[in-house]
Amino acid sequence: MEEELMAEKRPIISTGGRGPAPAGRRRSLPMAARYAINALLVLLVLVVGELMIDGGAVTRYQTSVLQQVGVYIIMAVSLNVATGYLGQLPLGHAGFMSVGAYGCAIFIMRLTETLGMTGRDVVAGGPLVGLVVFAGVVFGGVCAAIAGVIIGIPALRLKGDYLAIITLAFAEIIRVVMLNIDDVLGFELTRGAAGLTGIPSYSNFLNVFLAVAVVCFLVHTMMKSRHGRAILAIRDNEIAAEATGVNTTYYKTLAFVVSAFFAGVAGGLYAGCVGVLQPANFGFMQSIEILVMVVLGGMGSMLGSVLSATVLTILPEALRAFSDYRMIAYAIVLILVMIFRPQGLLGSYDFSLSRVIERVMNRDFPWNRSKGTAEGKEAADA
Amino acid sequence: MDGVALIVSQVLNGLQLGSIYALVALGYTMVYGIILLLNFAHGDIIMAGAYILWIVLAQLGLNPVVAMLLAVAGCTLLGVVIDKVAYAPLRNAPRLSVLITAIGVSYFLENGAQLIFGADAKVVPSFAPVSSIQVGGLSLSFVALITVLVTALSTVVLTFLVQKTKLGKAMRAVSEDMGAARLMGVNVNNTITFTFAVGSALAGIGAVLYVMAYPQATPTMGMMLGTKAFVAAVLGGIGSIPGAVVGAMLVGFSEVFVSAIGLSVWRDAVVFLLLIIVLIVRPTGIFGRTMSEKV
Repeated sequence: MEEELMAEKRPIISTGGRGPAPAGRRRSLPMAARYAINALLVLLVLVVGELMIDGGAVTRYQTSVLQQVGVYIIMAVSLNVATGYLGQLPLGHAGFMSVGAYGCAIFIMRLTETLGMTGRDVVAGGPLVGLVVFAGVVFGGVCAAIAGVIIGIPALRLKGDYLAIITLAFAEIIRVVMLNIDDVLGFELTRGAAGLTGIPSYSNFLNVFLAVAVVCFLVHTMMKSRHGRAILAIRDNEIAAEATGVNTTYYKTLAFVVSAFFAGVAGGLYAGCVGVLQPANFGFMQSIEILVMVVLGGMGSMLGSVLSATVLTILPEALRAFSDYRMIAYAIVLILVMIFRPQGLLGSYDFSLSRVIERVMNRDFPWNRSKGTAEGKEAADA
Repeated sequence: MDGVALIVSQVLNGLQLGSIYALVALGYTMVYGIILLLNFAHGDIIMAGAYILWIVLAQLGLNPVVAMLLAVAGCTLLGVVIDKVAYAPLRNAPRLSVLITAIGVSYFLENGAQLIFGADAKVVPSFAPVSSIQVGGLSLSFVALITVLVTALSTVVLTFLVQKTKLGKAMRAVSEDMGAARLMGVNVNNTITFTFAVGSALAGIGAVLYVMAYPQATPTMGMMLGTKAFVAAVLGGIGSIPGAVVGAMLVGFSEVFVSAIGLSVWRDAVVFLLLIIVLIVRPTGIFGRTMSEKV
């Protein structure tokens, strides 16, 4: 059943090169240099962004939209772990987001209260606040990961569409529980339909995009490790993976829980962005919207998830003026993309800066590709 | 009201709700059975049916019988158009793409309805001839009785259609093996479109019965109804016609029961919990075929 779900033939996620290069001739970047280049790039983006916000080039409203973009990038990248890499179809990702959001918000509210910090102190920042926010976001992630274990163990026994339905069912149950838990237990925790208000706005451009970078880095390195390869093997053929000694139950649960954990992290940051949490925000439609981001960008492509999360978060804001028509336009775009490019906009292509630099170093450009490889062969023969 | 009457009326409520879910679930299950698509737009067809009823009854003021026929015909047409425009180009695409397309269609219908009719609920004038009938000292809701009867009749007709007619044979052949059916001379594309037409017609009947009981139309009314019916279809084993009916009755009765004991805020959670328990015990639903994976 899963094979039909992912019926299109696609290459195993690219390992960076284009097949075996002629030994000794191809120059490549050392691993440390690759990490340094990417770290520098992230730093550059963070510094430029922060300077622009401080300098007033980006308005407050735009900053808040940017924060939402960051949150949805984490959501899409985390769902991509379960959908694009593991090859399952969870329809309850918003459930994990809500667990993380409530967990983080309540944790930070209680902790700041104990430490005697006001909302203004939290916004002002400082090392202590940074620590509190970090602890809160990780706590949110852990809560979501626990939910992921509880849901994943029964859900992953099922296949294909049945797995989709059972995750949907769990997410709906989480929503109803969030709505009614206060009345049942008799204390104030989520404050039901009225919503959890007064959450200090602890998210800002810097910590959201730092989290984006860290999450992308962790997911990337996990997928390049042997654990990641085991997950990809399960996606491509579960029976074959099991026959070659991959513990499928363990790795399926692992991918699912990692996906839930990062969704919880995103939820924690989301709570700090919006300041008010209501269970209705985390319904079925929210899960679907995140799934749409992943599928539209191309399943199994991190760049695709990042780009489509960015575009799909900014577009509705940019089209406020045409608010009557924007959802219809969104629906039509969705249908058209699926009809004309069913594998998603980027397919399974992923961008790697180091690969580009290596190409430049080797003068391996598309226009002299055929000549270049021929020369390489001759050199290897000689 | 004495105990017996209370129990009878609650049982009837359960049957009524279950019947409406059954009509919608049959549409889900038939489409899934033939092209393995979770048709998210199915619930919104009911919404379209409710708006047709509102236009014909409240705006044009025509006869209720005409309104009902128009609603069923309109839903059928809408189902066929959706299949031809959105799903037919994707017959050979990965299943997930078709699923996302279905979500797109659902968004389109909901927001289109909101754009045309506005977000507020439109009240459909009541069109049931009598409100209740007396049977042996018990007062029974007429709408509930007619709902149960119409659903039973529809299920019988559908079973006959699928099991005994040439088109039904073609449908079963396509759902068994699309390639082999094509080689045997079955027009696969038309058979799939016909399945959509039948499913949508059932949704149209469901819309009429639903509006009879809850006389209003809103752009998002199909969403929860669709999700519940979908749960019912999966509960019974998606792809199976008796499964859809049994699953729908289970969902309907458990909802009525949970509301009757005063826990109506947990109603949705109970339905989904029921689904989870059934799926854990029987991973393909109550009547689902277990498929073994071949290497």
